[in-house]
Amino acid sequence: MVAVRPRRLAWRLAEVVKVVPETPRTKSLVLEVTSWEGHKAGQHVDVRLTAEDGYQAQRSYSIASAPEDERLVLTVDRLEDGEVSPYLTDVLMKGDKLELRGPIGGYFAWEEGDGGPLFLVAGGSGVVPLMAMIRHRTAVGSDVPTRLLYSSRSYEEIIYRKEQEKLAARDGSVEVIHTLTRSRPEGWSGYHRRIDAEMLAELAWSPDENPLAFVCGPTPLVEAVGAALVDLGHDPAQVKTERFGATGG
Amino acid sequence: MDELRLDGNAAAGTLGEVFSFEVTTAEYACERCGRTDRLGGAMVYEVRELGTIVRCPSCDNALIRLAHNRGRYLVDLRGTRYLTTG
Repeated sequence: MVAVRPRRLAWRLAEVVKVVPETPRTKSLVLEVTSWEGHKAGQHVDVRLTAEDGYQAQRSYSIASAPEDERLVLTVDRLEDGEVSPYLTDVLMKGDKLELRGPIGGYFAWEEGDGGPLFLVAGGSGVVPLMAMIRHRTAVGSDVPTRLLYSSRSYEEIIYRKEQEKLAARDGSVEVIHTLTRSRPEGWSGYHRRIDAEMLAELAWSPDENPLAFVCGPTPLVEAVGAALVDLGHDPAQVKTERFGATGG
Repeated sequence: MDELRLDGNAAAGTLGEVFSFEVTTAEYACERCGRTDRLGGAMVYEVRELGTIVRCPSCDNALIRLAHNRGRYLVDLRGTRYLTTG
């Protein structure tokens, strides 16, 4: 499916069909958008809220659903001081409407034809656009070797954990590797530190395999991982990054 | 001032209000340091009420300044040598 972008991106209304809690801090909003033209995995939408006095706040949220999915899904991380995310995660209910525009962005996007192998690196809710890529890959029956390295603060904060476990169990060409940076459950045998150059050297595909890397998360993580991959010999043009500020929301 | 440090991807919707081409895959050349890259990889400092500034990740030069006031846009491109559509 090719995402057709209107010449001027228009704001339009989406209706909340369902709100799905993912972790204590994140929820997925399942949306009905009339005549949605489709999107590419990795793209985002802008969401706009208008207060009664006319004040408007606008933020970007990655699309979590695959282009093949019936409904558009956004997964929103609740930021304590955020202007927009607490409303989306705490107040919004089924049947409510919100304004959005999109899909937006062609840089941080992956389609089956782009090939691989894929090396996906996420910090926190940076996993959302990468999950859209994994879901797209599954939906079209692609066998592109895919490795997701995902950093979370704790086990409870891993978004889409069960879906990732199920997928990795039935599809040998998908691997999911977690690292937990703050707390870990008893008996945790996985990584328990921030993603560093040593971890990337162990887990990234060899540059000889001409991999595509997508890195999404807080700015410090994205910059450290991007620089380390280039140091390991990866082509900078094949390392795509998407950063969000810690004060977003 | 509450600043939001993001990248060119997050500003794509706002930049799309003035540019009719896909901005994240467009290539820029920085007027100051000569770096060329996709705009999607550039840094954006979003100063919320005043507008959006897109900066070069190598030298911090302001590539694009976009201000929005009373339904009008002001676009300052003096930090960009050229833009090529993707």
